[in-house]
Amino acid sequence: MKIAAIVFLLSIIVCSNAYSSEHEVGQKNKAFSQKTLKVKVGDTVHFTNQDPFFHNVYSMSETTAFDLGSYAKGNSKSVKFEKQGEVVVQCAIHPFMKMKIKVE
Amino acid sequence: MYLSLACMSPCLAESLFEKGEMDLLKQQWLLPELSYRERHQQLVALGKKLFFDSNLSIDSSTSCATCHDPKYAWSDGQAKAIGLRNKTLKRATPSIINTAYSLTFMWDGRSPSLEHQALLPIFNPDEMGLNADLLVKRIEQNPDYAKLFDAAFDNDAITINKVGLAIAEFERTITARNTRFDRWLKGDSEAMTVTEREGFKIFLDGQKSGCINCHNPPNFTDHGFHNVGVATLEGQSADLGRFNQTPLNIMKGAFKTPSLRGAPLTAPYFHDGSANTLEEVVDHYQDGIIAKDNLSPSLINIALSKEDKSKLVSFLKTLQ
Repeated sequence: MKIAAIVFLLSIIVCSNAYSSEHEVGQKNKAFSQKTLKVKVGDTVHFTNQDPFFHNVYSMSETTAFDLGSYAKGNSKSVKFEKQGEVVVQCAIHPFMKMKIKVE
Repeated sequence: MYLSLACMSPCLAESLFEKGEMDLLKQQWLLPELSYRERHQQLVALGKKLFFDSNLSIDSSTSCATCHDPKYAWSDGQAKAIGLRNKTLKRATPSIINTAYSLTFMWDGRSPSLEHQALLPIFNPDEMGLNADLLVKRIEQNPDYAKLFDAAFDNDAITINKVGLAIAEFERTITARNTRFDRWLKGDSEAMTVTEREGFKIFLDGQKSGCINCHNPPNFTDHGFHNVGVATLEGQSADLGRFNQTPLNIMKGAFKTPSLRGAPLTAPYFHDGSANTLEEVVDHYQDGIIAKDNLSPSLINIALSKEDKSKLVSFLKTLQ
């Protein structure tokens, strides 16, 4: 019975992973590569710095707040979006860099 | 069928309206050319009068130009700005040279536009000390303004939004676009000496001087915010700068990267006016960094020789 429960739980985890997607958002020329992005709950977004200087991607949105810290060219940091809602993403160093992620 | 209809319409127009009538109709109904230039000049004229008008302060002592004084390259030459009743304010007055190219306003970027920024000192109780009603009243009291507002807006109603628009438009005319450096870029090989050009090479080296890491082209700024270790952040009076807008540790003590065009004329430097000369600015980055926490990741350890420092400063002095 216990084994059956574990198998059932594992199958849920595997299935949910199978449906989640990965998205790429670059930071280049002091702008995000997309102004808006639609993702599903469980999806992961990779934020990759393609500029020859630091960026510091963060969000203070109610549904998903994060601070990826400052990182240099070629580095990437990721955020998994676990809740529905609209997430405004900015660069702390260059605040005019702004995008919205709609988590559905 | 379509062809014949198309042919008919001009003929129909000619038969219904005589030539004299058509000329009159054209005069009445065709849209005139828009003259943005003229409108811009009228807005600038109004903005200039407002900018230099000390009646826009509570005790009629202070205008925008009191701190942004053209005699001091549109700054005030003070380490810290002096406000109403001679109160020393906590930051240096930034020059408004090339603010037309800015994306963020105020040292901490708390203002989203030049139009918005232009009103903040007027309403700040330590700077000019008016409120919206008093501002409108003071302007209404001066009969010269009605004509200027009418010319700029086709309407002599005075509103604070119009005041912001006009002052911002005037400020956008304060530019430095033809420095010796610019003339050299445009092809005047004598505009910069060999030493100054060598200084520019050092400036561009992100690993050697690191200047370019924040003072990006074309206006020598990344429009960003950095803690460059000018002051300690201890104690209640510490100026946390951008952190007040964006409460992330990296923003503690961070301030806007100023443009460098015009900089040879705008001493003292940094948000707290703590460097009196461009030489002192370079010395700060080499071995004067006081605060070590939350420093900008763009700062590098630099070890310029005396000669390289001198070349770098020579280059900076071409920016006027």
